[in-house]
Amino acid sequence: MTTTARSVGRATARPTRPSRSRRRRNLVTLALLAPTLLGLAIFFVYPLIASVYYSFTRFDLISPPQWIGLRNYEYLFTQDPNVWTATLNTLWFVVIWVPVKTGFALIVAGLLARARRASGVWRTIFYLPALVPPVASVVAFVFLFNPGTGPVNQVLAWFGIKGPLWFNDPAWSKPSLVLLGIWVMGDIMIILLAALLDVPREQYEAASLDGAGGLQKVRYVTLPSISPVLLFAAVTGVIAAIQYFTEAAVASSVASGKAVVGEGIGNTLGYPDNSLLTYTQWLYVRGFGTYQLGYASALAVLLFIVAAVILLLLLRRFKAFTPEGAQ
Amino acid sequence: MTSATLTPEAPASPAPRPRRIRTPRSLRTRRVLGWIAEHAVLIVLAALFVSPVVFVFLTSVMSSSQTLTASLWPQPFVWSNYLTVFTTVPLAQWFANSAMYAILATAFMLISSVPAAYALAKIRFRGSGVLFTAIIVAMLLPPQVTAIPIYVMWSQLGLTGTLWPLILPNLLGDAFSIFLLRQFFLTIPTEYSDAARIDGNGEFGVLWRVVLPMAKPGIAATAIFMFFNSWNDYYGPLLYTSENPAAWPVAYGLASFRGVHGTDWGLTMAMTILVTVPVVIIFFFAQRVFVEGITLTGVKG
Repeated sequence: MTTTARSVGRATARPTRPSRSRRRRNLVTLALLAPTLLGLAIFFVYPLIASVYYSFTRFDLISPPQWIGLRNYEYLFTQDPNVWTATLNTLWFVVIWVPVKTGFALIVAGLLARARRASGVWRTIFYLPALVPPVASVVAFVFLFNPGTGPVNQVLAWFGIKGPLWFNDPAWSKPSLVLLGIWVMGDIMIILLAALLDVPREQYEAASLDGAGGLQKVRYVTLPSISPVLLFAAVTGVIAAIQYFTEAAVASSVASGKAVVGEGIGNTLGYPDNSLLTYTQWLYVRGFGTYQLGYASALAVLLFIVAAVILLLLLRRFKAFTPEGAQ
Repeated sequence: MTSATLTPEAPASPAPRPRRIRTPRSLRTRRVLGWIAEHAVLIVLAALFVSPVVFVFLTSVMSSSQTLTASLWPQPFVWSNYLTVFTTVPLAQWFANSAMYAILATAFMLISSVPAAYALAKIRFRGSGVLFTAIIVAMLLPPQVTAIPIYVMWSQLGLTGTLWPLILPNLLGDAFSIFLLRQFFLTIPTEYSDAARIDGNGEFGVLWRVVLPMAKPGIAATAIFMFFNSWNDYYGPLLYTSENPAAWPVAYGLASFRGVHGTDWGLTMAMTILVTVPVVIIFFFAQRVFVEGITLTGVKG
């Protein structure tokens, strides 16, 4: 785009050396961008390169990094006792948490798109939980679902159901976080709702005239026209899932009841029974709990490779993320 | 959904949408039933969505001994829980830390990111495509990937144990904010900025006199996002301040609150509500720009 504009400009203008006003403009552009360019260099490019370098070293922050070749990666793939558990847990969130949350958001958005009266009130009710600070919503959920006096199990008991141990049971801790994910699906819901309301009404009418029933209209009119937004929600959901950290770490720490001030998350990690140990928490603990920064960098490089593959997919699919898109 | 236009007369009729065709009674009944079913589902879901807030609030005004019983209704209402939390932990200090973090981060982000977003949206220059791609990647990459070298830098500067490592980088541009601001700036027709240039304005003049006034809602939305993200941040404070409770923001303090006080759910829920209230108040004041902002993050693929 830029190049065509340039060549057109060249063809019509007299071939002179860059005029003073153009040089001035370039300088101004550079001034506008200077802080950001510096920021990208310091907080993005350099750390990426440094992470790769650290991943080949033994480094504890006190003495300088010491080159050990591929030893970190060897340990990662053959000996690390928890990296597999952590990877599988993270994968669980990618495969279950993302689709359930997105699907639920889609259903609610569909209902709201059809409710004409008081739509603002409905929207606010379903959106507001997404605003609650994640730490607050996790602490609230651990309380609501606590097996002793938690309201959820008491309400279940009214119906004669004996509730599970939720955040204190390795089999139920991840599903409990999925319930939390459903409660905070509001921002995805708003994006999907906007997309649903953008579907031209005439298309539904045309489908009706062709004799399409309700489900057929969803299949042949709604889904095709919102599929880019749905895919956007899914991919950003996957990116959120591979770095799933706060909810799991706080749930472990609060549900265990053993958190100690200033201890971070090290001693309640993955509670109960490593069921909430995600990859990024494992990275955090190896890096900042035991200060094995070299080894944690190897974990970070692996995470980067996975994230980069997902990003490539995303960048190729979305016009909004290309320089020309989203106009 | 079945609709009136499904009646046999509809396709033959010359008018685009025949209004007054009598719908067969069975169809009308089905529509009414469908309406009732949809609203019943909505009402049940809405009740389920609101109920956590109700239970959390009720518990927040229970005495600590009552929270250990099965009763769900406070008896008596212990409103003083909301004052007690301020004396059991340095809550005022934590709120001040959160406010400092969120306000400074937002202000710094605006200073650095508005000009960058303007350049990306309104000026043609070589390399803008590469730069924009880099910003997108920086925005979407998990922060854990780059966390270690950045932590090493801040520890060499002696700033770990404070919130500055989370505040200062915003002076050098925030990727997500630049992305969002650029999306807003693109919605301003180029004719306005071109006209301002012809009138003799430099780029700073165009930005200040034309783009900024027109993009106020977008800038407000971006600022609110930044404010909320900093207010809610857990990972950053865990990384940099976990060993120094005096520097904790309130969201991080809440996460370690229960550990100190055993099972005092009453106080914990009071604090949970206190952490959330500022966010909700800001949301209600700025609802319109905010919802517009969320929609723009997922725009039109």
